[in-house]
Amino acid sequence: MKLEGQVRIPSGCAIAAAISREGRRFNGEKIAAAMRPMRERSNGLGGGFAGYGIYPEYKDFFALHMFFESRDARKSCESYLKERFEIVQSEIMPTRKIPEITDEPIIWRYFVAPHRSALRSLQVDENEFVVRVATKINAETNGAHIFSCGKNMGAFKAVGYPEDVARFYRLEEYEGYSWIAHGRYPTNTPGWWGGAHPFALLDRAVVHNGEISSYDANRRCVEMFGYKCSLMTDTEVITYIMDRLLRVQGLTLTEVAQIVAAPFWSTIDAIDDPEERERLKYLRTAFSSLLITGPFSIILGFNGGLMALNDRLKLRSSVVGEKGDAVYIASEEAAIRAMEENVENVWAPAGGEPVIVYAKEGGR
Amino acid sequence: MTIIDASNLDHREINDKIREAGEEMTIRGCLGQRFIATGASDKKIAIEGVPGNALGSYLNGATIDVRGNAQDAVGDTMNDGTIIVRGDVRDVAGYAARRGRIYVRGNAGYRVGVHMKAYEDKSPLIVVGGRAGSFLGEYQAGGSIVVLGLGIGDKPLVGDFPCAGMHGGKMWLRCAPDRVRFPNQVLARRIEESERAELRALIADYCRVFDLDLDETTSGAFTVVVPNASNPYRQLRVDN
Repeated sequence: MKLEGQVRIPSGCAIAAAISREGRRFNGEKIAAAMRPMRERSNGLGGGFAGYGIYPEYKDFFALHMFFESRDARKSCESYLKERFEIVQSEIMPTRKIPEITDEPIIWRYFVAPHRSALRSLQVDENEFVVRVATKINAETNGAHIFSCGKNMGAFKAVGYPEDVARFYRLEEYEGYSWIAHGRYPTNTPGWWGGAHPFALLDRAVVHNGEISSYDANRRCVEMFGYKCSLMTDTEVITYIMDRLLRVQGLTLTEVAQIVAAPFWSTIDAIDDPEERERLKYLRTAFSSLLITGPFSIILGFNGGLMALNDRLKLRSSVVGEKGDAVYIASEEAAIRAMEENVENVWAPAGGEPVIVYAKEGGR
Repeated sequence: MTIIDASNLDHREINDKIREAGEEMTIRGCLGQRFIATGASDKKIAIEGVPGNALGSYLNGATIDVRGNAQDAVGDTMNDGTIIVRGDVRDVAGYAARRGRIYVRGNAGYRVGVHMKAYEDKSPLIVVGGRAGSFLGEYQAGGSIVVLGLGIGDKPLVGDFPCAGMHGGKMWLRCAPDRVRFPNQVLARRIEESERAELRALIADYCRVFDLDLDETTSGAFTVVVPNASNPYRQLRVDN
């Protein structure tokens, strides 16, 4: 089979999220239910989820979720990991054999802590260290791929329809306070396990519906900072932009939204408050290479919350609803009603208007 | 009257049942099934639940009455008929509509009436009771769009960039012209009192359907927008 980058398939996607502002944990069945009414948005070539707060017993360790092509690839990668991390738990990912999901790679899960000596010798903090290791492993063609590496969270993804992917990974056995989900309709590439969403780096995971036309400009910019866009798919670069701006630059979520979905110049010019006008001008100018153009509707999950954002032209849909302490977001209202029939305050955010939801005591 | 339980049906099965049913029916338990009543004529269809995208696409004379919200692309390329939505609609309602009416009691999303057109006596109408999102009437080539802003308080009646690329048809906004930024290729002006009768005729049926007072709904400030015929094609795009 040809992989991502070797073939182009011009061709929508489905995204959804559910979060408890009280930090109440609920299992993965609800988010899987959201994906069923949106089945036609996907084509069976990718589905995935990320859950937050799912590993409380290992909350101080990075949870590495990995795909391996072979046992040899796993063995050699494990010896690489052992030189850099204390591995407190190493296990095969619990999955369920179902006819809808086939040709799975070897899927393994590790809970790790970087060796202090390794951090000292590189003079980096543990997050930067994990980013470097994940970047290196994923950029090398060694039959190993890290698809999730955050603390107390995990991404689960596969080739298949999302509701089947949820059954495959037994998501009903995990409890999280926040979940994001994706059903894929690959737009440029054939669809493979690593190319399914979410794209995760540390605890930040992105699901995306759309096709960004600024991919190469964004890629050139983030690659200057050491990221490697190795998956040949547009969503990957969004994850690196988020890591760069939020973790490294320390910007706020709202600022990041105003960079990647910057208001039009005419909109900025029409703002009365001169300070606000200058601030938006600054963000748009200083980070011009990180402006994301083309259609997108994304949900960014992170420890403690999530953010939904549309491109400023709003070329993709997203709907938000609430019930009690829960907030639901999805490409379609039907998906929200599948999670909560009696949802209230249903509304559609404007293009470029971030919807930011925090969970109490959520993993911070 | 036929009751169709949509809870375990996909869009093909729902449309088969619509074709098999008599003139009047209620579809219950809709949850995101697309293309409901596509191409339908001579039917009266009530819908409970959330119908999926492209509700009433290519509609050819049927009447659809959605008791709650609808999703994207309501009445996509509709040819004739009436779509009533008692809640909100999302983006691109009335996309390329050729004739017929879309009545929304609540709010509407982006790009309402994009590419709407008209020919001789065929002229579509979209009426939004609440607010409409950005790019209202984008590339509008014909027909009428009315936005009433009923009960919206201080919120803006329409989003950014209304009438971008508009080159035909007419838009009626229940606000003063200075409340909205319009592009240069349209003329936006205060309603003339002589035009009130035209407006009344346009939305009388809407007011009847939703039990609104026609006098009250057509009174007050209205902005009428038409393309600037002296300068129609100078700029069909938005600066971004």
